[in-house]
Amino acid sequence: MAHIQVLEGVPGIRSLVLFRPETGKPLYDLAQVLLRGESPLSEAERELIAAYVSHRNECMFCMSSHAAAARCLYGDQKNTVDEVLADMQQSHINDKLKALLHIAGKVQILGSEVTPEDIVTARNLGATDREIHDTVLIAATFCMFNRYVDGLASLTPTEPEVYAEMGERMAKGYSLPQP
Amino acid sequence: MPHINVDENLPGIRALMAFSPHTAAPMGILANELLRSNDGLTMAEREMIATHVSYLNDCFYCQHSHGAIAVCYLNGDKELVNQVTTNPDAAPVSDKLKALLSVAASVQKGGKYVTTEQIEHAKNLGASDRDIHDTVLIAAAFCMFNRYVDGLAATTPTDMSSYPLRAQQIADYGYGNHIFTKPQPVLV
Repeated sequence: MAHIQVLEGVPGIRSLVLFRPETGKPLYDLAQVLLRGESPLSEAERELIAAYVSHRNECMFCMSSHAAAARCLYGDQKNTVDEVLADMQQSHINDKLKALLHIAGKVQILGSEVTPEDIVTARNLGATDREIHDTVLIAATFCMFNRYVDGLASLTPTEPEVYAEMGERMAKGYSLPQP
Repeated sequence: MPHINVDENLPGIRALMAFSPHTAAPMGILANELLRSNDGLTMAEREMIATHVSYLNDCFYCQHSHGAIAVCYLNGDKELVNQVTTNPDAAPVSDKLKALLSVAASVQKGGKYVTTEQIEHAKNLGASDRDIHDTVLIAAAFCMFNRYVDGLAATTPTDMSSYPLRAQQIADYGYGNHIFTKPQPVLV
C-alpha cells in the first residue's frame, strides 16, 4: 500500500501525479522533452538509458515500464533491451552507446563518480556534448523518478502484460494523466 | 572544468540550463511548485530539506546555494540552517520537520529505504499526506539536480560571498529561466 492516500488501483507515478498535478505537469513535461524531444540520441536509446538506470536503482515499476517502451521503439531489435539489462558490456550495442551507458551508470551512483576519462572515452567514440548532456540528465532524472515512485511505495504491478500495454502507450509520448 | 562546453560565466546548474533551455523550463517550474509554497511546509522548511539532501549527496554547489536561500527566508539565521543541514536531529526545529528530514535522508539513499514506521512517525507528529508527498519529491528532485550539476562537473564558485547574492535573486523572483538569461548578480 502506498504511504499516502492515492487513487486505488492506479499504478506507479500515475497515482502520484494525480495526487498532486501541479508537480505532475512539469514532471511529465520533463519526461516528454527529454525522452521524445529533439536529441541526437534516438528515442529507443533514451528509453534504454532510462530503463538501465531504473534497473540499477532496482525500481521495478520504472524499469519494467521503460524497458517495455524501449522494446516498442527498438521494434525488431527489441532483444537489445534485455541484452543490455542482463549484461550491458557484453551486449551487441555500439561502443559509443556502451560508453554513454557507462556514464549513466556512474551518475546513478553519484554525479562526482563521472571522471574526465569516462568523458574522453565517450568523445573518442564519437559522442557529442549534446549526447553527453542528455545522457547525464536522463540518468539524473531517473534517479528522481525512481525515488519518487518507491519512496512513496506506489503500486507496482507484477504482470508483464500490464507493462507491455504501458510501454505501447509510453512509446507515443508523455502527457499528464487525467483523473 | 565542466565536462561539456558551456558558458563559463555562469555558475553551477545555470550554465547547464543555458546549454539546454528546453529541459531547463520544466525543471524551473518543478522547483517553483516544490520550493516556493507555504502550503503545509514553509518555503524555509522546503529549502532546508533540499539543502540537507544536497549535503548528503555531497553536492557543494546545491548545498550552499539552497542553504543561502533558506537563510534569506529565516532572516539571516545561518547557524540554524547549518545545524539542520549537517545534524538535523540536534537542531532546534519541530519534531515534525525532523521526522520529514529523516524521510528525506532515506529517499537520498534510495526510495525503498523509506519505512512504514518512518511515515507513521511523521504522521503522528502532524505531517499530512501532502507534506509527505512534497518531502519525498523534494528529496528525489535534489537527487536529480545534484547529479546533473556534479555529473557534468559544472563550475562551482569557491567565492562564498557570491552565494547569498544569487540566493537573494531566487528569494525575490523565484526559479525559472531568468536565472541564466538575466545578468548574474554582483556585489556593488
